[in-house]
Order: sequence, then structure tokens, then C-alpha cells
Amino acid sequence: MNMVKLTHPVVAVRGPARRSAMVRVVLLTLVVVLQACSAVPYKDPRDPMESWNRSVFKFNDAVDVAVVKPVATAYRDVLPHWVRTGVGNFFNNLEDLWSGVNNALQFRALDTADSFGRFVVNTTMGFGGLLDVASEMGMERHPANFGLTLGRWGVGSGPFVVIPLLGSSTLRDTAALSIEYKGNLVRSINDDSTRNALTVLNLVDTRASFLKAGEVVEGAALDKYSFTRDAYLQRRRNQVYDGNPPDEESAPDPSAPD
Amino acid sequence: MRVYKRRDIKMKRTFLRQTLVLLTLATAVMAAPMAYAVDEAPDALIKRLSVDVLETIKNDKAIRAGDTAKVVALVDSRIMPNVNFQRMTASAVGPAWRQASPEQQKRLQEEFKILLVRTYAGALAQVTDQTVNMKPLRAAAEDKEVLVRSEIKGSGESIQLDYRLEKTPGQGAGWRIYNLNVLGVWLVETYRSQFAQEINAKGVDGLIATLTERNKANGKKA
Repeated sequence: MNMVKLTHPVVAVRGPARRSAMVRVVLLTLVVVLQACSAVPYKDPRDPMESWNRSVFKFNDAVDVAVVKPVATAYRDVLPHWVRTGVGNFFNNLEDLWSGVNNALQFRALDTADSFGRFVVNTTMGFGGLLDVASEMGMERHPANFGLTLGRWGVGSGPFVVIPLLGSSTLRDTAALSIEYKGNLVRSINDDSTRNALTVLNLVDTRASFLKAGEVVEGAALDKYSFTRDAYLQRRRNQVYDGNPPDEESAPDPSAPD
Repeated sequence: MRVYKRRDIKMKRTFLRQTLVLLTLATAVMAAPMAYAVDEAPDALIKRLSVDVLETIKNDKAIRAGDTAKVVALVDSRIMPNVNFQRMTASAVGPAWRQASPEQQKRLQEEFKILLVRTYAGALAQVTDQTVNMKPLRAAAEDKEVLVRSEIKGSGESIQLDYRLEKTPGQGAGWRIYNLNVLGVWLVETYRSQFAQEINAKGVDGLIATLTERNKANGKKA
């Protein structure tokens, strides 16, 4: 239904001649999507593309098991803790600048001041961001990206999407990606090899910091896909509402006597 | 005789009055420790529990080394008495809970608890110098269900930790937790669709079997 509604304005602009063809394509897509959905026995209204998402999830997981996780594990085991902390701090510092921009776009004065303040303090006193002096001074991190900014501006999250190699996302956060890349300082480095090396280092360091969390999910989840999806969507919604989202219609207590 | 009687009555009255005063005093003194239990607010309960658990872990090297048996003991003795685990399990299972037999309900609770304790054992082992910070409680005095919000502060970002509590029927029975969220992710909601998937495919017994299997596999890894 949503798909039909979404395409309607486009159809109107293009005129009646193309309308029937467009409608046919949309209907065909709907049929294909619905058929794909029918393969999934339990449907979640927030996840209409579940079967597609599941296959991308499986692919991502395979890449992780084969390449990313082993490299991250080796990275964790070989490098001393203080080196990894320094690497993490360095990338967090670059991220703080982008968070500052987004906090400003969200009109959050204190968070903006904290984010830019952190960037200035850590870049100068923290030797280019290797030391997190700002945290010691009590300046908190307020991570924010453009997807979150859109959410706080009132853009709905849209359906759940699993992006190849990048993982869990929503339609809104996916649409924000091109802007996100512009805000990524590593990506604006001109020298190809430096940029690629830093990108890989960031990825490996991030994955290394999630090794423990990954094991927890591995043990706690009956179905890793649903677990990840439900946790991700709740987390993201919680961020948009600044830690205090309105209640979703909550089911009554099934154990209560009538 | 009449005079005597009057005096008698007077004495009796005095005696009664004195007894009453004494009784009132005694009740007040004895009730003082009970008043604490009756009046403990839900956020005060969470604060007391959090501080207690954090302190215990800080002072226990075995738990920080990941000793699951010790974590289970800690959870059973300190946390579980304040949790309505039946409600927690029932909400995660959903409508199928009412169709489940008492035996199935019991098994579901047992296996779900093992799964959760193992999950949180790892997280609890990470506790070092964290402190707990309570956020203001927004609830009316007559509320039967409240949301208590807190955050765990360590170095760097703070971790949001919220609880839903229900008032146990009866005077002074206190509050019990029936759901919690870490970083905005509610525990019950995260299991709801996974449980529904299992039940739709293999029924309640299928879900029990899957949980048991998972717990066995987790036990081998640890």
C-alpha cells in the first residue's frame, strides 16, 4: 500500500500515458515482494522486506566470520590495550566533529558545545585525538549522525533494511548515507592509500570493540536476525526520542488472571 | 459502696488510658522498621538494588573473572526476589502463554531465566568503577505500574538502564520489576518475535526445546 502511495505523485507528474506502465511495474513489484514475504511465517510490520534482508544478513555474517572477525580478533590479541584505546579515541574524535554538526542541526546547544569542545580539547591537548582528555574533564560524548538528525526533524524511520557489508539500517538512515559520507573526515583525505588504510583500521578497531558484544548476541539470541533487528529498531527509536520514547501499544500481561 | 464504685471506675479508666498510650507507643516503635518496607518507593528500590549489586561485584574477584555460578547465586539472592519473572516470561511468550500448561509455563520460566542470567553474567563481569545515577521519577502516588529510569556512569558515555515495575497487590508487598531496558532496548520486546517465530513453527514445546538446547550449548562454551 505504501509503495503505491509513494509512487503516486511521480505518476501524476509524468502524465497518464506512462501511468499504466508504472502501475503495472508497481503491481508486479508488490506481487514479487508479497510472494517473498509469504516465505516468512511470522511477519513483522516494521520489516516488509524480511526475506531479502535475511539473505543480506546471512551474506554479511559469512563475510564477518570469514574475514572481519578473525582480523579483529588478531588485532585485539596482538596490540596492547593502550594502542587500541588510542586508535579508538582517534576515530571517536573525528566522529565528535560530525556529531557537533548534527547536534547543531538538531538545535541542541549543550550537546553541540560538548561535541565541538571535545574535538578542540582532544585534538590539541590530546595529541590529535589519541588521548581522550575531554572525558576526564567531564565533557560527555553525544554521538549523532545525519540519520538521527532526520529522525529528530520528524522523518519516520521507514522499514528495516540490511545493507550489504554495513549491516542494520532503516530506509531513513540509508537515505542519509550519502550525507554521512560527506561528514566522514577519513573519506575526505586525498591520498588514496592513507584513506583506505584508515578506513580499514577504523573498521577493524570498531569490530574489535564489539567482539564481546558479538559473543553475547551469539549466546542470547534464538534467531540472530530477529534479535538484531528488534534491538536495532528499539535502540534507534530510543535515540530519536532522546532516551524517553512514547509507549508503543503494550500488550497486556498474559499471566494476569481475568 | 457508691464512692468505692466511682473510684473503681476512675481507676479503671486511668488504667485503660495508660494501656492505650503504651500500646500506641509500642506499635509505633515496632512498626518503624516495617514502615521502611511499606513505603520504599520504586526508584528507591532500584537505587538500593543497583548500588548493592555494583558493590558486591566490585568486591568479588570471582564474579569479575566471569564465574557464572557466582553470578547465578548473586542474581538469585539479590535480584530475583524483586522480579516478577512469571510476568516477564509470559509477556515475551505472548498470547500462547494462556494456552500453555502449568508444567510448560514452569519449564519456559526456568529455561528463559538460565538464558538471561548467562547473558547478563558477561555484562556484570565488566563492572569496574561504575556508579548509578537515578533520574527523576514521574509517577502519581496511586500508580500501579511505573517506569524507573537510571544511568550507569563510568568513563565515557553513560549507559541508559530503565525498569518497569508493578506494585504487588497487598499492603507493604513492595514493587517488582517486570521488564528492563539497556540503551533503550527492552528485554521482553527483543524476545517477543523470536519466541513467536518458534511457537508458530514448532509450538510451545518446540520453544522449550530450542531454549534448552541453546542453554546447553552456552554451558559448554563457558
